[in-house]
Amino acid sequence: MLLDSLFNGVAIGSVLLVAALGLAIVFGLMGVINLAHGELMMLGAYTTYVTQLIFKLPLLKPYYNAYVIVSIFFAFIVSGVVGILLEKTVIRKLYGSPLETLLATWGVSLILQQFVRSVPLAYGTGLVISLIIGLFLPTVFSLKVKESINYKYVKFSSWIVAAFAGVLSGNLISSSVSKLSRASARNVDVTAPAWMRGQVEILGTAFPKTRLMIIIITLISVIAITLFLNQSAWGMRIRAVTQNREMSDCLGISTEKVDVLTFGIGSGLAGVAGVAVSLLGSVGPNVGGNYIVGCFMVVVLGGVGNLLGTIFASFGIGIMTDLIGAGRLLSIWPNMPLPLSNTINFFATTSMARVMIFALIVIFLQFKPTGLFPQKGRMVES
Amino acid sequence: MEFKNLKLSKKTTLVIWVIIIAFIIAAPSILPVFRLNLLGRYLSLAIVALGVDLIWGFTGLLSLGQGIFFALGGYCAAMYLQITSSSEFPNNIPEFFGLYGVDNLPFFWEPFRSPIFSLFAIWVIPALVAGMLGFLVFRNRIKGVYFSILTQAALLVFFNFFNGQQKLINGTNGLKTDVTQLFGQMVGSESIQKMFFWLTAVLVIAAWFFSKWVVKGRFGNILIGIRDDEPRVRFTGYNPVFFKTIIFSIAGGLAGISGALYTVQSGIVSPQFMTVPFSIEMVIWVAVGGRGTLLGAILGAVFINYAKSLVSEALPASWMFIQGGLFILVVTALPEGVLGWVQGEGPRNLLQRFGVKRKIETYPSLEVKNDTEGLKK
Repeated sequence: MLLDSLFNGVAIGSVLLVAALGLAIVFGLMGVINLAHGELMMLGAYTTYVTQLIFKLPLLKPYYNAYVIVSIFFAFIVSGVVGILLEKTVIRKLYGSPLETLLATWGVSLILQQFVRSVPLAYGTGLVISLIIGLFLPTVFSLKVKESINYKYVKFSSWIVAAFAGVLSGNLISSSVSKLSRASARNVDVTAPAWMRGQVEILGTAFPKTRLMIIIITLISVIAITLFLNQSAWGMRIRAVTQNREMSDCLGISTEKVDVLTFGIGSGLAGVAGVAVSLLGSVGPNVGGNYIVGCFMVVVLGGVGNLLGTIFASFGIGIMTDLIGAGRLLSIWPNMPLPLSNTINFFATTSMARVMIFALIVIFLQFKPTGLFPQKGRMVES
Repeated sequence: MEFKNLKLSKKTTLVIWVIIIAFIIAAPSILPVFRLNLLGRYLSLAIVALGVDLIWGFTGLLSLGQGIFFALGGYCAAMYLQITSSSEFPNNIPEFFGLYGVDNLPFFWEPFRSPIFSLFAIWVIPALVAGMLGFLVFRNRIKGVYFSILTQAALLVFFNFFNGQQKLINGTNGLKTDVTQLFGQMVGSESIQKMFFWLTAVLVIAAWFFSKWVVKGRFGNILIGIRDDEPRVRFTGYNPVFFKTIIFSIAGGLAGISGALYTVQSGIVSPQFMTVPFSIEMVIWVAVGGRGTLLGAILGAVFINYAKSLVSEALPASWMFIQGGLFILVVTALPEGVLGWVQGEGPRNLLQRFGVKRKIETYPSLEVKNDTEGLKK
């Protein structure tokens, strides 16, 4: 009973965690809250859907079972590239004014939502492919080419190549997968492959395999991002810029590159979260919106100083949601006094659990206004 | 962010007001009933936009949760109308209660039998809720983006609450007002609607004068100080918490009035007023009109909503693209909004681009130094 409740809480929390991880890193680095984060999740979820349909083609049919694993990488790349584009075109211009960034990213999220509704997914995929090629093709040339004057022609011609590749792949996909050739605002469903359906029994309790899969995805993402931040050179630069931007700039770290990289990784993590979300329910243009406010709460509760804060906050919120929302306190303590049990019953729905958790967070912030793990500093303004 | 304090010259303001008032007076005779009703609704939205301008344009608090107070005002008005016209239903309570098997009126409905209480509740209750929420948040020096996302979360919480409580306030269906009675007539009838239109027009002007009065003088200067450099205000000996709480509850009260007017003119109040997109839209009205200008908020609210209804009638899918583009455009290219652009260097820069030479100013014009006006007094 207790194990069951804990598992449910951890499952809810791990979705929140993988979704909030990217948000927290970006917020920690740039002080920017990305309201389009939910829509980047949505892109990840749609990537899973497209990957699934492509793996149903005769050529790839034998590997169908592996599509979830592949789609995690695809989703990371797709959302990451869209995030990089977003950073390069909009967010960079608004550096230092977080509120304006908030509004601009909301605009981006509206455009992305409507884009998914009114553009056929096949051509959307083509567009993303051309973006990927256009952004990465110039980077493969050697330094010598980059230093020459003709580099901008190289860049220009690689965008032309990218455009062709995008149109071709879009046409190819739309002609081979008929489901993707028409625009539709309706929700789509991702079906888990056979090995992920069903349940696993551990210690006499049955756990659904999809949820276990999500927990594993989360675990891998957290470990990967921790290793990256703590062991790699770029991770060190990211941490340095997070702590003190001016000083890092003076010491020769390219803060511009760090910003792009971090935003790309954060957005990519949103894509991974999208894969997890697509396994839980149907995928629609609004799928990100259901999770995004929970992610904000995680960031507020966790503070920006430490990834641990994000982890604690998301599992805390997940477990509390399950405890309150499913009314589990009653079954743990059956004969509690009547007024108390009435109160608990009143809050024992998912939506009312949110009300309760928000109240608890506001109360918590009265004691620790900067979250569980605040960023340490001695400035007047933090 | 560097942000000039915009002051429209008296002449421009007067001209714009004359045009607005002339249009409002002429509107009932030129516009068809449907359009007139829409105009009335958009005018009522201008009041909530004024509130957003007060807290965002003048105090620098970006609230993404004004929908809470808007909807609370709407609910207060709708509850009064429902309960006073429920005499023919069983148990003398509004009809929808019967659907859920509720026989007794929930206790918080009781005071809404009184028209005077309801008239006060429309703006006092949202203002109190805003004040409480604001105080709890400001007390801990939570600000900037943190404040924005907390207000957004609060909005979602209120939405969930109102959406889920069928037995208390009819949940997701909301409360209908157009079939209720007021002064012995249907609220949805043409004569009552026309009356609400005039009421809205008068209240918009009153709200503008009120906001103007609020931001004038020392109180307004402190608000602007909080926006531009809060620690300095604190070190000078003022307590920003007090001022922020006050202005936030004023904005809440304005939102309540606006919500009530909007509800009676659109015929229903529902949790849809508390959705996230609607509250963020309010910010964009102000941003497009020109924040910190008050008049810009009114113009922005009316024009953007009018454009929205025209575009969505013609091309339903494209409005989201336009709106999204508007958000990005206004923060990147027009941070001071349309009025700010017109009043500032905008037109001259544009002319210069087309080859018209700018006049060389031998003496720095006095208008640039508007911010010293407060000191002279």
